Amino acid sequence: MEAQRTAYHKIWEAHHVAGDPLQRMLMYVDLHLVHEVTSPQAFSGLRAAGRRVRRPDLTLAVMDHLVPTWERTRETPDPVGREQLRQLSENCAAAGIPLLDLYHRRQGIVHVVGPELGLTQPGMTVVCGDSHTSTHGAFGALAFGIGTTEVEQVLASQCLWQAPAPTLEVRVEGQLGQGVTAKDLALGIIRKIGVAGGQGSIVEYSGDTVRGLSMEGRMTVCNMTIEAGARAGLISPDQTTVAYLEGRPAAPRGKEFAVAAERWLSFASDPEAVFDRRVHIDATQLAPFVTWGTNPSMSVPVGARIPELAQLPSGSAREAARRALDYMGLEEGTAIEDIPLDRVFIGSCTNGRLEDLRAAAAIAAGRRVSPRVRAMVVPGSGAVKRAAEEEGLDRIFRDAGFEWLEAGCSMCLGMNPDILAPGERCASTSNRNFEGRQGAGGRTHLVSPAMAAAAAVLGHFADVRQLEPADLGSAALGR
Amino acid sequence: MEAFSEVEGLVATLSRDDVDTDQIIPKQFLKRTGREGYGEACFFDWRYDADGHERPEFELNHPAYRGAEILLAGRNFGCGSSREHAVWALSQMGFRVVVAPTFADIFRTNALQNGLLPLALDDSTCADLQQRAGRRDGYRLTVDLGAQEVRDREGRRAAFHLDPFWRECLLAGLDPLGMALREEEAISAFERARSPLLPTTRHRWE
Ligand code: SF4
Repeated sequence: MEAQRTAYHKIWEAHHVAGDPLQRMLMYVDLHLVHEVTSPQAFSGLRAAGRRVRRPDLTLAVMDHLVPTWERTRETPDPVGREQLRQLSENCAAAGIPLLDLYHRRQGIVHVVGPELGLTQPGMTVVCGDSHTSTHGAFGALAFGIGTTEVEQVLASQCLWQAPAPTLEVRVEGQLGQGVTAKDLALGIIRKIGVAGGQGSIVEYSGDTVRGLSMEGRMTVCNMTIEAGARAGLISPDQTTVAYLEGRPAAPRGKEFAVAAERWLSFASDPEAVFDRRVHIDATQLAPFVTWGTNPSMSVPVGARIPELAQLPSGSAREAARRALDYMGLEEGTAIEDIPLDRVFIGSCTNGRLEDLRAAAAIAAGRRVSPRVRAMVVPGSGAVKRAAEEEGLDRIFRDAGFEWLEAGCSMCLGMNPDILAPGERCASTSNRNFEGRQGAGGRTHLVSPAMAAAAAVLGHFADVRQLEPADLGSAALGR
Repeated sequence: MEAFSEVEGLVATLSRDDVDTDQIIPKQFLKRTGREGYGEACFFDWRYDADGHERPEFELNHPAYRGAEILLAGRNFGCGSSREHAVWALSQMGFRVVVAPTFADIFRTNALQNGLLPLALDDSTCADLQQRAGRRDGYRLTVDLGAQEVRDREGRRAAFHLDPFWRECLLAGLDPLGMALREEEAISAFERARSPLLPTTRHRWE
């Protein structure tokens, strides 16, 4: 009988170009995604060495990180950022790399756009100069972030030198409670294994809870794999994956689709495949989480209190918590629901897809944003924005007093004008609550889209399970 | 890549875990399009106050650490964003080696690509070194990549292990891209079989 292999090992073996697959091999890259911030030095390096881009047809560039979220008629205000966008346009034009620029209908966050175009497919290797490339693992692809020097290497050779990594199975079983989302699952996993819990490993998420997630939910979970320090995270492809890809612009059609689907499914981990480590998560024990600190593992269920320092293990963990509370302007032991907010941000490659906007809109509908809060909704892509508008979600948000904006990374990292002022406190559906992430001195609490909407209308954190969601109709709620 | 064999230098400590790359180089410096000029911005928000003055309470601002070439850090150093600017910033601030119990993966690779050595030593060795360098009396270390060993002047030694691929690259100043391009034939052969299976990005995206 053939040896039982994990999805990761199958993909690994299928991408061996040269070298020793057991030590370090030259791995082929099937899809290279590029954005404005981490690519200029790679292109100049290439030019300086007189090298060309080997496979522009396997490369897609997107403007997302520093684009403004106002209507796309005004220019990017900041000259340094504008220069970066200009260089991306020039570099792509010179190399023949397709570019979704600021004015393109399909522009959006790189990790939202790749999947929605059907470019990310099971069994592929996907890289991008961005750590949240792990998102694409939701398709059963091996996807990970790289630095600028490696971007240059992939542009020139379509390959990377890679060493095999150990595997970690995160098996999630049981029904997620009402109001508990993929985001809460992601936060719950990081809470359990820690921000370095996946270090060096390839994580595979498995179990009936994961199987029951939509592709959008799976992307949310895989997106945050990097916050657990793992090299990549993936989910074995199944019928949900295949159904999502059918009809996407880059997916094969007709008879070819059936052939491709069969090949895709063959990349699923074998039933007896052995992982180097295993973690078990009981989904019934999860709640909507809120982070209180400055890394994504510092979270508690919404009904709980910020931990007392004395309850934490002494040493560096307690010291880190003390420093985090100081930065966040919070007291130990405070009830999460007593924390007031100034800003709410709904968007990012973690939670900027249609399903996320529907969940937030169901809470926003018929309610008003608290007068003390400024709340923004930034769709993950132009396509997400149009789909939401077709369903009337934009009206729901606007009527409730949310700002409805153009697609981009926006306040997930605040490289555009959307930033927190020092001391401002934000409920955010993004993925990082690091110091200053959303603006120097800004304070970020990570939550799910529905929890963010609840916080917006109440002006403080609240348990979304106690708010009646509006029935937006079966289409809008994705059921 | 510049060759790296041995560094003898002053050790500075940054004794906290999970230092993320957003702290090493904040986003506002990522709009630049060159590889130079990041040293002054390294640890920007920790290093300077709102008026641009150095914060005396930030460890690396201590006068005893000026000119340090070896940074002694906590666990999971360099986590978060893939920004290679973090490595450029550390190098341009003067560091040639970062010693820590563990490193985040992308940071580690980025560092190696740039000849900044991410040197993993076990927790107890790191704790011992933290204590010595924490006295701020000019504690120095020699990092010898050839022998895979760190030593101090008092004769303490600790062995380390670096992946042979990277060790060879660093010692000989080899460039991974150059090494990949030498496999041109293998890449082309692989592509002939692979390309028909791959979606093209050259589409009329509508
Ligand atoms: S949305 Fe945030 S995490 Fe995602 S790619 Fe943009 S900046 Fe990175």
